[in-house]
Amino acid sequence: MPILAVALAIATGAIIIALSGSSPVDAYKALIEGSLSDSKSIGRTLEKATPLVMGGLAVAFAFKAGLFNIGGQGQLVFGALIAGAVGYGITGLPWIIHTPLALLAGAIAGAMWGAIPGILKATRGAHEVITTIMLNFVALNMTDWLASKVWREEGVIVRTPHIESSAEIPRWGELPAGFFLAVVIAFLCWYLLRSTTFGFEIKSVGLNPNAASYAGISVKKIIIMTMAISGLLAALGGAIETQGVVGRYEPGFNAGLGFEGITIALLARTHPLAVIPAAILIGAMEAGGSMMQFKADVSPEITDIIQALILIFVATPIIVRWFLSQKEANELSVSTTWGS
Amino acid sequence: MSENQTRDIGKFFFNKRWWILTTVLLVFFTLWTAEFQQANTTSVLVSTLRHSTPLVLGAMCGLLCERSGVINIGIEGQMLMSAWGGFMVASSSGSLLLGVFAGIGIGMMMGGVLAGISVGLRGDQIIAGTVINIAAIGITSFFFSLGRTLPSGKAQVIKLGPLADIPVAGRVLFSNKPITYLTLLMIPTLWFLLFRTKWGLRTRAVGEHPSAAETVGISVIGMRYLNVIMGGGIAGLAGAYLSLEAVGSFERGMTNGKGFVALAVMIFGRWNPVGAWGAALLFGYASAIQTQFQFRDWLTNDPQFIGIIPFVVTIVVLAGFVGRARPPASIGQPYSRE
Repeated sequence: MPILAVALAIATGAIIIALSGSSPVDAYKALIEGSLSDSKSIGRTLEKATPLVMGGLAVAFAFKAGLFNIGGQGQLVFGALIAGAVGYGITGLPWIIHTPLALLAGAIAGAMWGAIPGILKATRGAHEVITTIMLNFVALNMTDWLASKVWREEGVIVRTPHIESSAEIPRWGELPAGFFLAVVIAFLCWYLLRSTTFGFEIKSVGLNPNAASYAGISVKKIIIMTMAISGLLAALGGAIETQGVVGRYEPGFNAGLGFEGITIALLARTHPLAVIPAAILIGAMEAGGSMMQFKADVSPEITDIIQALILIFVATPIIVRWFLSQKEANELSVSTTWGS
Repeated sequence: MSENQTRDIGKFFFNKRWWILTTVLLVFFTLWTAEFQQANTTSVLVSTLRHSTPLVLGAMCGLLCERSGVINIGIEGQMLMSAWGGFMVASSSGSLLLGVFAGIGIGMMMGGVLAGISVGLRGDQIIAGTVINIAAIGITSFFFSLGRTLPSGKAQVIKLGPLADIPVAGRVLFSNKPITYLTLLMIPTLWFLLFRTKWGLRTRAVGEHPSAAETVGISVIGMRYLNVIMGGGIAGLAGAYLSLEAVGSFERGMTNGKGFVALAVMIFGRWNPVGAWGAALLFGYASAIQTQFQFRDWLTNDPQFIGIIPFVVTIVVLAGFVGRARPPASIGQPYSRE
């Protein structure tokens, strides 16, 4: 069914491209050429997909506990900035220590940032959708300030200095190693949710917090832990991006990724392993966007519209069901805990 | 004056003691930061009202939806789409009025989308709203062509005759632009409609206990569609305010979180238009604080710290008040007739 949603979205996208006066066939050809035609473009697709896997995992993981984390962007920029700071600030370490250390620092920063809405939800009942969005704006301002005042590189451009080579995540030929790290983490999430007590507790809270509480699970603890892990996952995406692709943090870093995580998580029906192909799909759209603009003169923002359409078709299974005349649809719900 | 009346007045002031105390403190703080100069004080108040207008409109959209049982997390996207649509229509037709109507119309369409997904198809309301937010960013970025301008400039200030010459109050209240006046009129109107008319009673009944409302012959689905679409129209007006009255152009992501702040305003105002106005003024003040900090030359080198104030206030308000404010009972639950 998610495949049908994607197909519908691509078809609708073709109509929009045609309406705006370009050829949809040329546009999609260029999109594929820019994302999947040779090892270089595949490398770029995987590079784009890496933070998307992590962002998708962050949203999907929180969903399992019935939480909707739309603060992925704030968590990501914190992870990216802290990883960048540790990456350039500490010198003389061998890479086997420095690279994981920077990743870990970024991840912990994101976990702490992600835990805030969890704590506010568990103790004060503030809905995480609003607090995470607000914290996005706070995070963007704070990282902006840290990058321009505290860890700023000498010079006119506001950015942190380039990280030491010992903190860089390598590429294997054209393929970014960071992507494979993200895949490993997706498998870890899948295992944690499927086969551990903690994962069982998370899913219980997501299905029915009252029943979970009655069964002796501390719902508050699970909410805070889940939000922290969700923040950690998003931040790790930012850290990998800093250490594997950009090499430093600059304001405006990877704007908008938090929302793509939502699309990917819903497209994957919140399954941690399904997040990987979903992220590759969206990553391919982003990687091929510039080729599409170059060859078919279609604004790359069309991929934003296609993503929004995918989201609409996935979020309303009934629309897709109508096409398939299927009876059951696995509907997602997060509205139950509003304001209580 | 009888003893009863005196007691009632006393009770009123006691019940509102936190509002009164906050107001007094804020007035003092404002005067102090404005160095007790009339011009400075006036500009802080003007800025407060200007910042509060889109917030109270967004909050009225939110409370109209929520009073009938539908969470509208998509206010941000509705505002953004309308800001864009209103600007595009105004810049191509040359008429601001047409632009405002287009903004309202697009807002109503977006309300229709939300209602369609969450009321008609019984999808999850929060996901439906998020879909609107994300779609709005994509659509407005794709279809926006740079370099467009409004032929006649943004909306102009209308001075209300001699009233505009009153010191301070004249500048703040009686020299505004059209949508601001309209908003100031809408606040008491919506309050009256919601709490003194049949439609208002039905709306609240549908939000509190839909099945009971249905048994007395009120169409729950119909009321929810109506209110969510009307709410969308109000959010559309807020969008038109941003692009046609406040800024005079469209910028990517120009709503900048105002739709979400509006939700906090709605909760803080306890799902009541008048309360929401008070809350919006408070939040508007938090945004206007930048002006004051400039008078005193505070944090001018670190503008990021001033930038986070409205968002931090929103979080504090949510964390501090949500537990105590009671939302309409049936909120978030799709309704289907048994």
